[in-house]
Amino acid sequence: MAATKLKARFKKDVVTVKALMNHPMETGLRKIKETGKLVPAHFINEITCTANGKEVLTANWSGGVSKNPYLAFKYAGAKGDEISLTWKDNKGGTETVTSKVK
Amino acid sequence: MNANYKRRVFLKGSVAAGTIGVAASAGLLAPSAVMAAWPEKAFSARKVPDALDSLMGTNATEASDKIKIKAPEIAENGAVVPITIESGLEGTESIALLAAANGTPLVATFTMGEGAKAYAATRIKLGKTGDVIAVCKAGGKMYSARTGVKVTIGGCGG
Repeated sequence: MAATKLKARFKKDVVTVKALMNHPMETGLRKIKETGKLVPAHFINEITCTANGKEVLTANWSGGVSKNPYLAFKYAGAKGDEISLTWKDNKGGTETVTSKVK
Repeated sequence: MNANYKRRVFLKGSVAAGTIGVAASAGLLAPSAVMAAWPEKAFSARKVPDALDSLMGTNATEASDKIKIKAPEIAENGAVVPITIESGLEGTESIALLAAANGTPLVATFTMGEGAKAYAATRIKLGKTGDVIAVCKAGGKMYSARTGVKVTIGGCGG
């Protein structure tokens, strides 16, 4: 699975952070036609973003967020800020990526 | 043979459950070690008012035109519907995103940290045509806005 893409840009007095995560985001309701079995729920349920070590955004998600989820948010920051995004899923999976504000 | 198989699966399940129970009571699953509580009840609620009750302690919201929801009028693919929410309300601390016609309407919550703008964008699944609702907590009060999205192909597999 490819790593999360994270980018942050300072423009018009605000930093816009955009992330594209790689995750199946299964709701647990999808059935495989051939076997009739349900694909178990497997989705990112928690996200924490920090800028220079300080928490700027936290999010709680359900399987209702689309596959390979996209997230964008804004905060009052500056060029050079160190951005970090950590996601956790309902099966204990997790990933942390970092980037610098351009 | 079928009864035996069921018995083995049942026993296996109960042993596993028992183990977790013991671990929890022994303090091995201390809250700090486990993720900060994911609001399961709110995310499992089948109706918008129940989801809001579980999440915020109330389902009463004041309609506000300061909350802007950007969503397509018609979603060609209900599996990927881009939504952007922006709140012009002073002191917005959190944004909750709900899809009224989904089986479990609460889709996402965003909590603004220090310096964060009241803005969040993501892509969500819409099972069928219905309202997308944004509920913002600002100054201790709850405000909401909604917009209808038509779905031509449902987001949960048709």
